[in-house]
Amino acid sequence: MSKEKIQICEDLADVMPPEYQELVATATYGNQDRGWKDIGSSKELIEQHSLCAGCPESIAFRYILASLPAPEDTVFVGSTGCTSLVFPHVAVHNIHSLFGNQNAIASGLKRTLKSRFPDVEKDVVVLAGDGATVDIGLDMTMQSWFRLEKFTTICFDNELYANTGGQESGLMQKGFVAKMAPKGKNFEKVRLAEIAREAGCAYVAVLTVSKPNRVEQAIKNAIYVAREVGPSFVQLYTPCILEIGKQSMEGLDEMKDSETIGGRFVQKEYITDEAQKLLDSIKEETKARKKAAKEAKKSVNA
Amino acid sequence: MSQYQVLPGPEAFLPPAAASMGNVLPDPGEAHIEGRIVPEDEAYEVFARKVLGAKVPTIFPGPLVLWKWNDHVAEKAKAIRELANEAPMRIIPMADYRPKYPKIEAAVEINPNHPNLTIWHNKIDVCIFIGVHCHQANLSLKIIRGGTNCYTMAMCAMAGHEDACLSFRDADLGKIRKLIDAVKKLKSEGVESQAIPFKQFKLSRAGLVDQSAN
Ligand SMILES: Cc1ncc(C[n+]2csc(CCOP(=O)(O)OP(=O)(O)O)c2C)c(N)n1
Ligand code: SF4
Ligand SMILES: [Mg+2]
Repeated sequence: MSKEKIQICEDLADVMPPEYQELVATATYGNQDRGWKDIGSSKELIEQHSLCAGCPESIAFRYILASLPAPEDTVFVGSTGCTSLVFPHVAVHNIHSLFGNQNAIASGLKRTLKSRFPDVEKDVVVLAGDGATVDIGLDMTMQSWFRLEKFTTICFDNELYANTGGQESGLMQKGFVAKMAPKGKNFEKVRLAEIAREAGCAYVAVLTVSKPNRVEQAIKNAIYVAREVGPSFVQLYTPCILEIGKQSMEGLDEMKDSETIGGRFVQKEYITDEAQKLLDSIKEETKARKKAAKEAKKSVNA
Repeated sequence: MSQYQVLPGPEAFLPPAAASMGNVLPDPGEAHIEGRIVPEDEAYEVFARKVLGAKVPTIFPGPLVLWKWNDHVAEKAKAIRELANEAPMRIIPMADYRPKYPKIEAAVEINPNHPNLTIWHNKIDVCIFIGVHCHQANLSLKIIRGGTNCYTMAMCAMAGHEDACLSFRDADLGKIRKLIDAVKKLKSEGVESQAIPFKQFKLSRAGLVDQSAN
């Protein structure tokens, strides 16, 4: 699919609801330099969502969708959980998989797209909760990394099973008491980023979604590395304000607190040498492209 | 087992899937009317009678004909508009299958997860689905049969819909044109449209276009 394909038939265009007309007119498909700064000034690829008011997952979705290098050639694989409530409102291809199976589905999908469209770069991105990624789906998650499947895995880490009312998850902190985990968790938060690094991921990032530019960079890095080098993994802290007893306005502070020195979500990255080399070269290319575009604009104005 | 008749509802909160009642799909060259397999030509005439006899006959075009996947689709869209003008019928789009939260604009769109809202709001008594993916069409058709008294028809590009009151199969441009011809033929024989006079709405990026200003 390309930007040119996202068109409405002329004879029926004037009965199409405004949001679809907007999608054709002002969405950022086809613009490889798209990013979080487009939010608000161009058509976002997400309509309403049915998450709780103030849920950080909703803003995480916006940043991620705005940062995909090629949404028209991206397929998301989701899993059951709060994230799956959002996918029906997203203007990017997506597949819902049985809870925990997301990385197995994505492995098959990526391989199939590669043979079906050998000349087009198709990005496959898994986006699932911590329960799906680390508990019930850990087998599939790790097998895809062991096998060096070339796609990106994003985990919305809210440190519990939010959608089913607050059960304990592997990514929950030790000692944490939740509605459906009244005795408190007995063991440490699983070190998934380190597991990912050891299991074969060429790019790993852990961060909160408090700063959109950082989210954009991590998502872009992860997708570029998955295209060329190998599996990539991004773990985003998206606190479940409902289950940790916060107000809708308090999600941002919660994320900021957790990323200060000594916090659970101080930003970190693990990048292989090969992946770093690729990211450096992309950075150079992007810089040169933007400079050339700026100069071209200047000469037009002169 | 006697033939299960796929009739307008309201049948029940959860009407049975017609397939589970033993109804089968038509073979190529055939259609079904209320579950009975008939030669396709018979179904064109019934389609035209239903449309002309209705107060609010409506076309629900789906994503397969709304979005310009290729030039052939654009021709289908053109024919659909021609059908709407000829009958006349309203056009209410099913642009995609996302549930519409928090509120659907039932006057101007239909959604497979709650199609009954659009039928109720506009008091639609006869409709035809064109270009809706089979699974979503069957889901909608069952909900409509469950909760409304609308007579449903489907121009299906695959093997037909057993959950519609009337269904064609193997839809293509030629078959949409045959729908137009069937309406024209009945009109030439003196059958008049019973549709309540209406003006097809127009939407722009800013919302409803005020047609009284034209
Ligand atoms: C195979 C299967 N097992 C269990 C469930 C029940 N279930 C639905 S959502 C969920 C937890 C989701 O937790 P997480 O992945 O952390 O996502 P969150 O809701 O926290 O975003 C579970 C266990 C299911 N839908 N399918
Ligand atoms: S339950 Fe928690 S994670 Fe789910 S939408 Fe509400 S705040 Fe967000
Ligand atoms: Mg969770």
